Amino acid sequence: MIDVNRQGEVWVFAEAEDGRLSDVPLELLGKGRQLAEVLHVPLAAILLGAPGVGALADRLVACGTDKVYVAAHEKLAHYQAVSYARVICHLIHQQAPQIVLYGATPMGRDLAPTVASAARCGLTADCTDLQIGDHKPPGSENVHKNLMFQIRPAFGGNIIATIVNYDRWPQMATVREGVMVMPQDQQGRTGQIVTAEVREVLKDVDPPLEILESIRRDKKVNLKAARAIVAGGAGVGSRENFQLIWDLANCLGAAVGGSRAAVDLGFVDHDHQVGQTGTTVRPALYVACGISGAVQHRAGMQEASRILAINTDRDAPVFQVAHMGIVGDMNVVIPKLIKAIRHGTSESVLA
Amino acid sequence: MWRRQMPANRLDLRLGGFYDSPSVAVRYGRAVVVSGIAPGYPGATGAVNVEYNCVVCVKQVPDTKRIMGEAMKEDGTVNRAALPAIFNPEDLNALEEALAIRDAHGGTVTVMTMGLPAACEVLRVAMFRGADRGILITDRRAAASDTLATSYILSQAIKKLKPDIVLCGRQAIDGDTAQVGPQLAEKLGMPVITYLERLLSLEGDRITVQRNVGGGFEVVRCKLPVLVTVMETANMPRPPAARKTMKFKKARSRAEVEAAAEQLLMGDYENYTAELQAGEVEKYCEKLRVAGLLIEQWSLDDIEADLNWCGREGSPTKVHRIQSVVLKGGQYKEYPPSEQGAAELVAELIKDHAIG
Repeated sequence: MIDVNRQGEVWVFAEAEDGRLSDVPLELLGKGRQLAEVLHVPLAAILLGAPGVGALADRLVACGTDKVYVAAHEKLAHYQAVSYARVICHLIHQQAPQIVLYGATPMGRDLAPTVASAARCGLTADCTDLQIGDHKPPGSENVHKNLMFQIRPAFGGNIIATIVNYDRWPQMATVREGVMVMPQDQQGRTGQIVTAEVREVLKDVDPPLEILESIRRDKKVNLKAARAIVAGGAGVGSRENFQLIWDLANCLGAAVGGSRAAVDLGFVDHDHQVGQTGTTVRPALYVACGISGAVQHRAGMQEASRILAINTDRDAPVFQVAHMGIVGDMNVVIPKLIKAIRHGTSESVLA
Repeated sequence: MWRRQMPANRLDLRLGGFYDSPSVAVRYGRAVVVSGIAPGYPGATGAVNVEYNCVVCVKQVPDTKRIMGEAMKEDGTVNRAALPAIFNPEDLNALEEALAIRDAHGGTVTVMTMGLPAACEVLRVAMFRGADRGILITDRRAAASDTLATSYILSQAIKKLKPDIVLCGRQAIDGDTAQVGPQLAEKLGMPVITYLERLLSLEGDRITVQRNVGGGFEVVRCKLPVLVTVMETANMPRPPAARKTMKFKKARSRAEVEAAAEQLLMGDYENYTAELQAGEVEKYCEKLRVAGLLIEQWSLDDIEADLNWCGREGSPTKVHRIQSVVLKGGQYKEYPPSEQGAAELVAELIKDHAIG
């Protein structure tokens, strides 16, 4: 826990594994940049890893950081909550940042609570938006200015809560993957690289986990990067019938998604799941076929710029978030759409 | 004259009729400190037939998937009546993992929850499924605790039990934060293994676990004591056992007995005295204790918690605002399910550069 420090920097934990930066910290840098500019303070990234990890700092600078704190040590080669939290707590107490952001990844959701507990500061999980605003505690005349509003769905997506932390700083949050726009690299941007001396801090730390095996596979589909997604739900009926979804997706150059129901029924693999327990997406076009639109699903797709819903049930909740809709059987509608797209796009090329 | 006999019998009726039942005095819990491995585990490596004492942290949560009516009241608070209370799903997986450890190695399974007295229901359900002992942490001063304060309070309670393995569900469905597990581990000074997918082995003082790390998995080994958080995919929780259900459905905590007595005596101003109430509660609890059906109840004083780190005071995060989810549909346009409709829709998408 540190005191309120209005000059404190905005920090982003630069999650990296096997010498590669994850997408999430880069997404966070876009948001972090906005927060830092409103607060008129520098944006910094904290980068931990084996000796040599500093090579990743340039990319962080190109994505908008003013500063990169690099902590390189053998004991940081593989992520472990204890050693990583020790270093981050040390840096927090030394530099007194006002905000620290982590990606809500398996690593971030393991690390951030450990840091929060050790530093005895607040932490809000899985934020979908961050803003700067003023807060007046109920029954108090004292207005706390320029706090980070930590905005997140709760109760299974039925409510949106805005959380603040006005006394025990830093203000910390994990941020859900895919909800922030990734900034473009700006070549030639310059930033300050600060080497953090951590030998002393890690002297008595013995990482407790022995990592015997580590298998990582790239996801079969990258829903987050897809510009268009065609998704199917329980209404598709069978794995065989899901071929229609693939056909429409191929025709559009889109990725294939599925609701939790479709995944649970085995129509499509879990990698394709869109929604609260799957991936949160914000494509330019989202086509929901045979998806009723439970809140958990809507939470993962309602940020799409354009939602097209195809469902036999006019009262399905999915129509409440849709911009375009067809009430009808997808078995009939999809082939018609495919035909119209083939015809339409060939015409638009000619025009 | 019914003044003297009234509460015991009527209290009993209200609580499900245990008082007169021919229940045998069976202790349902063993002392948790009894263990095959000495605390600190010196020399425990390689020991055969080691027993493990597990503590499972469970939570009663509103069933966010089956919401009846509005989730929020007009004053902006959560409408608990619209949200039926259930056993947090992944906590059942944590319990199953602990029961499986006991089945394979021996030892005890202690289930702990923090909440209102009504949360005892999850402790009972855990006993139906085979837990040896249930502990309720309930205290008005713990209200409004965020994850940091909650993990502090749980850590103070768990320190008294000195378990070998602490198990938590990965996350609770009301907040989905997944924070209490790692925070609790930090406060206990234990290593944490999050996202347990399979327990591969437990030998001596070493545990080997396969954990899910998103796109892939990791196999890790670690020295006990350890805290693990368990995923839904780890196992299939066993169903409640009929005999245990028959027995433990009558288990109650003192707070539940007190609440029942209060309800019963409410409105009976003529005969009511605080002594009468306290006396009857005391008598009833003693009967439960003898029958092995009194659910242990700990207050913040019992676990020597520093009040500065509990409840609202101990919670750095505060709610600024709560909003019900308002779906934003924007402009909605419907197209007929015909060739013509499809063509119009596609033309619209092409015009807006959504496809093409």
